[in-house]
Parts: sequence; C-alpha cells; structure tokens
Amino acid sequence: MVPFSGWAMPVQYTGIIDEVNAIRNASGLFDVSHMGRVDISGVKAAKFLDSLLSFDVMNLPIGRARYGVICDENGGIIDDTILYRQGDDLFRLVPNAGNADVVLAWLLRWKPLMDEIQINVVTSKFAMIAHQGPKAVDVLQAITEADLSKVRPFRIVDTRVGGIDTTLARTGYTGEDGFELIVPVEHVTKVWVLLTELGAVPCGLGARDVLRLEAGLLLHGNEMNISVNPYEAGLERFVNPDREEYVARKALCRIRELGSQRCLVGFTMVGRGIGRRGHPITDGLNVIGEVTSGSHSPTLDSNIGLGYVPSGFAKEGTRFFVDVRGRVVEAEVTRLPFYSRVRRGT
Amino acid sequence: MTSPANLKYIRDHDWACFESDGTAILGVTDFAQESLGDVVFVELREVGEAVTQFQPFGEIESVKAVSELVSPVSGTVIERNDEVFAKPELVNQAPYEEGWLIKVKVSDTTDVSKLMSAGDYDTFIEPDFS
Repeated sequence: MVPFSGWAMPVQYTGIIDEVNAIRNASGLFDVSHMGRVDISGVKAAKFLDSLLSFDVMNLPIGRARYGVICDENGGIIDDTILYRQGDDLFRLVPNAGNADVVLAWLLRWKPLMDEIQINVVTSKFAMIAHQGPKAVDVLQAITEADLSKVRPFRIVDTRVGGIDTTLARTGYTGEDGFELIVPVEHVTKVWVLLTELGAVPCGLGARDVLRLEAGLLLHGNEMNISVNPYEAGLERFVNPDREEYVARKALCRIRELGSQRCLVGFTMVGRGIGRRGHPITDGLNVIGEVTSGSHSPTLDSNIGLGYVPSGFAKEGTRFFVDVRGRVVEAEVTRLPFYSRVRRGT
Repeated sequence: MTSPANLKYIRDHDWACFESDGTAILGVTDFAQESLGDVVFVELREVGEAVTQFQPFGEIESVKAVSELVSPVSGTVIERNDEVFAKPELVNQAPYEEGWLIKVKVSDTTDVSKLMSAGDYDTFIEPDFS
C-alpha cells in the first residue's frame, strides 16, 4: 500500500505483470474510488460547464460520457476529466484524486452568484470500480439487470448490479473494453466480491499505470499540468475553443493558430534500458526534452515511454537519446497508442 | 523466510557465495526480488571491470522501481550471467540459482567480517521484537 493523493492505495495485489495480463486477456478490477465525484445541477448547469470544459457541453446528449480537459485562461491544463450527462440539468464530473480540490475551487470561482447551480461533492458517498478487459462485459452481464450490449462506449446507464443500484459507464483507462461502476459506498464490497467470484482479478496502481501507458493515455501530473496546453499534449480532438463563453477560448485559439514549439510523443527504446519520468531526452549533444512516463511493456515486450520533444522530432521513426541515469540509450518515436485492442464486431 | 546458510549477505539485499578457488558469485536475495516485483531489466559491470565492496556493480529494474546492485566484495568481474539479460524473470524465479548475476575474483581488500550470516540477515529483514 502507498499514499496516493490522500488515499492509501495498493500498488499491486499479486504482481504487476500478472495483473496487466489479466486485463489484456480476461478481466480485472481496480478500486478507483480515489477519483473525485462532483454533481452539478440546475437549469444553468449545462451553460456553466460549457464555459469551463474543453468540449461542447450544451449539445452533449443525456446518457453520454465525454472526456475532456479543464483549462485556465492561459490554456494550461488544470485537470483532465470525464463528464456524465444524467439529465437535462444534471451532470457528474470525475476529476483526478490529486486535483479534486483544485477543480472544485475552479468551479466555485466561476459559479454565478445566483443560486441557479448546485455543486455537490459526492466522492465519499459513492465508491468507484473500474472493471476492464475483453471478458469484462460478459462477466458483468451475469449480475447486471440492464442489457449491456445496448450500452455502447461512452454511454451511461442506471441499473442494478448484484441487486445494488449502480451507475455504469462504458469507459476506462486501460485500452480495453469494460465499465466503470459507481456504487453507494456501503454496498461496494458486495459488488467487488461478486465480480471477483466470477473471475475478475484485483489489480493495483502499478498495473493501471502500465496499461494506460501502453494504450497511449495521458496522466495528469506526468504528461499534463498547468504549464502544458492541450495542443502540445496531443489532445486537440478533445478541444473545441470556438465557443463564445469558454474561459480558455482566447488563449487556445491563439495557440491553435500559432502552433506549438514542443509536442508529446510516444517512444520505444532501441537500446537496452528504460527511460523513466524526468530522464532528459537529447539529440546526442544537447538536451531537447524530457521523459514524462516510461515503463517496461509486458504486452508488447518492449520498453516504452512518453515525453516532450521539439516539434521537429515528432515524426514517427525519428531517433533521439534518453539519458538513463548517465547511460545514453537510443529511442525511436512510435505512433500512439503503443497498444490497441482487436475490436469485436459490434 | 530462511536464507541459504552457505551464503553471506549485506544490508542492500545482495548475497555472495564464496568458492574455494578465491572467487565469489553475487546475486540478490529472495527478499529483494520479492520487494522489487517483476524484474524486467538488469545492467551489470563488464567482465574485466573492477567492483568495490559496498559499491554498485549494476542496476536492477522492475516494472515500477529501479535499484542499485551493491557488491558484497571487492575484486574483478570474471563472468556475467548473460541469461538474465534475455530472461530477467530468472531473478524472481530463482534468485539463489539461475538468477545469479556476476562472478568475481575476490581481492584481499574485501573485509569479510563486515558481511552478515544467513541468520543475521534473516533477523535484519524480519526483526524479532519479542
């Protein structure tokens, strides 16, 4: 167990590689209750969120979840988040554990003075389980009332799992199919035990970090922070700055127009060694960038990472070097994601 | 946990097996491999290079953590276990056997009195407070 943003979290249950394999080949469970859960409601809630999130909230259909970022007025990334729309005037935001307080402060700062928007932090009322893997849907279906084949990616549904009222979202952070379950905290143990009895393997933070990296998914605090904008982080497809009331509109339109000096790339180590977070990236002579995440990839049996380099080094196949604690090791730019699953024909 | 009685140990969780011909085989302990988790990368000093007692002789890396390999002896590397480069998981599976790391020609500057016996090491990793 390790401290993680004020929570005690398991790094591993049985072993990181076993847990990664379980998610890639069968199904596994993560306790992700550390992530924030903030309900935002009221007749002006959609307009309010539309002014703070990177995508068009006004036109987000009910029953959908969407990924995006929250930027400050300079276009810096405060957090990345998922937003659920549960009704015309009812939303749930899921910020990262370490950013929950900062996001809440940001919401409160922009909340209109009139009492037309209610913001309720429900993090401690509900627990959250991520159930991921190619067998996750079938395993979950066995104890779920709703027909999960009707719940497409990034859709949400309120149903019962093992008799417990649960909100399901077909989302995740592993590159596999699966669901995230929001369950009243007093019943979460029952749901967790039922899923493990059906064969889902408990997985820890270590496997989660490897899986998200293999899938080319970014981690706030590593690839993103307040001094990084979504264009250089490669998140432009989650950003629509052309909305009149959007607080980051001016900054992001300008960045989009001018282009970025640096950008985030995926790389695979060519030489022996693992580039880790904070290791310098060099062109052989000078430092040109820095590794933001790096690990061995059990699925690909190679050593992979993410890092920022000048835009001229971003093309697939470009070679550069990573300074691995004084040892210079060659690496090659690789298209993201490193890993993508074979999708079933639905 | 009981460590093999024929080996000597240091606090950095590396072991040495002294042979009668003045050489020693080095590796990491079962406790070390257990704490590291799945080992995915091993870097070792080259054959012919010198190693110094209580100084690094390489690095070992698991999925999540990196740590230095610390030599229980001073001397010169005469052999490396190249098998662990291709199969680092040997360190997890058999840390005292197939997962050995280097063989060293031990020099007289090695202070054997500073090494721990198996019993001392077992007490070090699992202190008995009773």
